[in-house]
Amino acid sequence: MKWDEFFVTGEPMIYAAMVSIVLVSIAIPAGLTYFKKWGYLWREWLTTVDHKKIGVMYIIAALLMLFRGGVDALLMRAQTAVPNNGLLDGQHYNEIFTTHGIIMILFMAMPFIIGLMNVVVPLQIGARDVAFPRLNAVSFWLFFFGAMLLNISFVIGGSPDAGWSAYFPLASLEFSPTVGNNYYSLALQIAGIGTLMTGINFLVTILKMRAPGMKLMKMPMFTWSILITSVIIIFAFPVLTVALALMMLDRQFGTQFFAMQNGGMDMLWANLFWVWGHPEVYIVILPAFGIYSEIIATFARKNLYGYKSMVYSMVVISLLSFLVWVHHFYTMGHGVMVNSVFSITTMAISVPTGVKIFNWLFTLRRGKISFTTPMLYALAFIPIFTIGGVTGVMLAMASADYQYHNTMFLVAHFHYVLIPGTVFGVIAGFHYWFPKVFGFKLNERLGKWAFWFIAISFNITFFPLFILGLNGMTRRMYTYSESTGYGPLNMLSMVGAVGLTIGFILLVYNIYWSTRYQPREVTGDPWDARSLEWSTPSPVPEYNFAKTPVVDKLDAFWFAKKEGKSLTEEGDYEPIHMPNNNGQPFIMGVAFFFFGFFMVFSWWLPAIIAGMFILGTMAYRTFEQDHGHYVTVEEIERTENALRGEKK
Amino acid sequence: MKELFPVPHVIGFVSSLLLSLIALVVIKFDLSFGMGMTILGVTAIIQACLQLFLFMHVGENENKTALLTNIGYALFVGLVTIFGTLFAMMWGYQMI
Ligand code: HEM
Ligand SMILES: [Cu+2]
Repeated sequence: MKWDEFFVTGEPMIYAAMVSIVLVSIAIPAGLTYFKKWGYLWREWLTTVDHKKIGVMYIIAALLMLFRGGVDALLMRAQTAVPNNGLLDGQHYNEIFTTHGIIMILFMAMPFIIGLMNVVVPLQIGARDVAFPRLNAVSFWLFFFGAMLLNISFVIGGSPDAGWSAYFPLASLEFSPTVGNNYYSLALQIAGIGTLMTGINFLVTILKMRAPGMKLMKMPMFTWSILITSVIIIFAFPVLTVALALMMLDRQFGTQFFAMQNGGMDMLWANLFWVWGHPEVYIVILPAFGIYSEIIATFARKNLYGYKSMVYSMVVISLLSFLVWVHHFYTMGHGVMVNSVFSITTMAISVPTGVKIFNWLFTLRRGKISFTTPMLYALAFIPIFTIGGVTGVMLAMASADYQYHNTMFLVAHFHYVLIPGTVFGVIAGFHYWFPKVFGFKLNERLGKWAFWFIAISFNITFFPLFILGLNGMTRRMYTYSESTGYGPLNMLSMVGAVGLTIGFILLVYNIYWSTRYQPREVTGDPWDARSLEWSTPSPVPEYNFAKTPVVDKLDAFWFAKKEGKSLTEEGDYEPIHMPNNNGQPFIMGVAFFFFGFFMVFSWWLPAIIAGMFILGTMAYRTFEQDHGHYVTVEEIERTENALRGEKK
Repeated sequence: MKELFPVPHVIGFVSSLLLSLIALVVIKFDLSFGMGMTILGVTAIIQACLQLFLFMHVGENENKTALLTNIGYALFVGLVTIFGTLFAMMWGYQMI
């Protein structure tokens, strides 16, 4: 391979990106050396097994990826804002929408959710960490290096360009000869294994580590949503693992699984992709439902209406989500029977989803609502998501879908579900739990400004796409002529995208501003909330709970507050057993990165060496003796007194 | 030393390698379709049991409901995926 094939050349924008990447990668080590922070970074973050810190790292990565995916989105909107625009050429546009889709779903939505669940779930169930803290760190570093691997593709070798769904035969070696789709199969594989382990970790955590007395039906709704999500992850992600492995074999080892001849079947890829892909949609939406349930109950000052029906509807969703995948390719050419069956299952899944909407509405009814920033996102979610849901039912009708399929109508639909669903959800959760992690609230005024910008601009950006789609504008179209008449609505959508950008900048500015000026928070329970995480001081000490709380009902913390009771038993502190930090997960992640990179370019010898190194880190782990450490009683007393500002 | 050496696991590991080798027979020799499938099916079932009992400790679970729910769910997803795929991609394809 020649050097000019290795680096992507010939695009001024890419050169600018290369320069900035080089500058950043010089600036970060230089800054770390200058401020003498290497040791701090290594000890406190890179080697940490603390679920709260891992959660924070997930969220930081997700925010960075939101920025990256957002820039991609802006570029696309700018390109299509006017007819016959020449900002991006066709190939570049393909690479950008593909990267945008992959990054937004797998490297923004997923880590944001996993970050929040890392921070919150152990606290909500009264545990001191997750079941397998070390595995948790491995999960994070696999995700992180998988994401980095995909991110370098646009300057080294070229990005994947066959859409985030990478349909065959387009994604085959024959039609996508660059290494772009090798990045796809390997980066997603590495990150996906990390996610699978997270699913197992949280399933075990929730089943095994709940505080005494917390029966399953007394768990907070967010924890319930994560339990269900973990189950879906465990059963859906292996399908992706297999599909990606087959894709890699096809592209790099000459197999013919998805080929059009020799007994291969190209559409089998689409089939496997969506067997994972539809449950994946619920993996990113159910946790958001959980977040909204917490927020709505807290700020309506009422217990959640219909707790049981909420739980059952999630269980039903988890089963039905495996029964609907064919609705993504109704137009492939199967018979009426197949399409009808999957139409019906798809419409059926909207029933439990509707149940949840009504539960939230009934929770709000007659509540004493306080309009905080997280609550505003939750309230805006309900009507906007309903539009997404209704258009989803329209798309679910197979015969009508022949009209909508792969038009801008579809693009509008899935953004109407993913943005108010997932993105508003994680932003709401971010505002809501921020004081728990950092000890101060984000500023409400700035938060509300950001909210209004985001909520209004979102509709300006995406509502026009419904109309454009019905008028016949197809998806993934990099330009169009003036005579199509698509110009004005696309321009309107661009205006909205600029508004969204302003909203997100305000959000980030709010983090900066609040860090500097926002008053520190001392109670640990700034929202007067209901679940156990608020019984800890903020920021939460390493061991979470000085004494394990004992729970007897749902919202036990709320009732304890009302009755002036304590959730812990009388008596002295006892030493707390905690896991040790370790560098092995990080090093293993780095090894995976190099392994993936060499594999992308089919450099076998380096790949084998990196692979051996990965096995070496595992062998090290197997023979390692690490019994963790104890936090002494004096240390607990000191920490608790300092954080709570009182004698116990 | 005897307690430290995990005999069952080593046996399990070796036999799962062996089972994979036996499965390879199918492509190395010219077998009839039915014969090949039988070999694959039988080795796959033995392999799955080996994994379940030896490495995933199915037999050692005190909580029977959790175990059965899990196996039930796995069967549901597995069967739906396999037969759903066959239905969508072969049996129901361009069937009117
Ligand atoms: C921040 C504002 C956003 C804007 C302005 C935006 C805009 C766009 C545009 C213009 C396209 C390409 C349409 C086409 O030509 O086919 C697109 C595709 C897509 N977007 Fe977004 N998007 C945004 C956020 C998100 C988010 C938050 C997610 C997911 C959580 C997401 C997921 C996707 C996916 C999966 C695709 C399909 C990619 C493909 O065709 O392969 N987007 N988006
Ligand atoms: Cu779907």
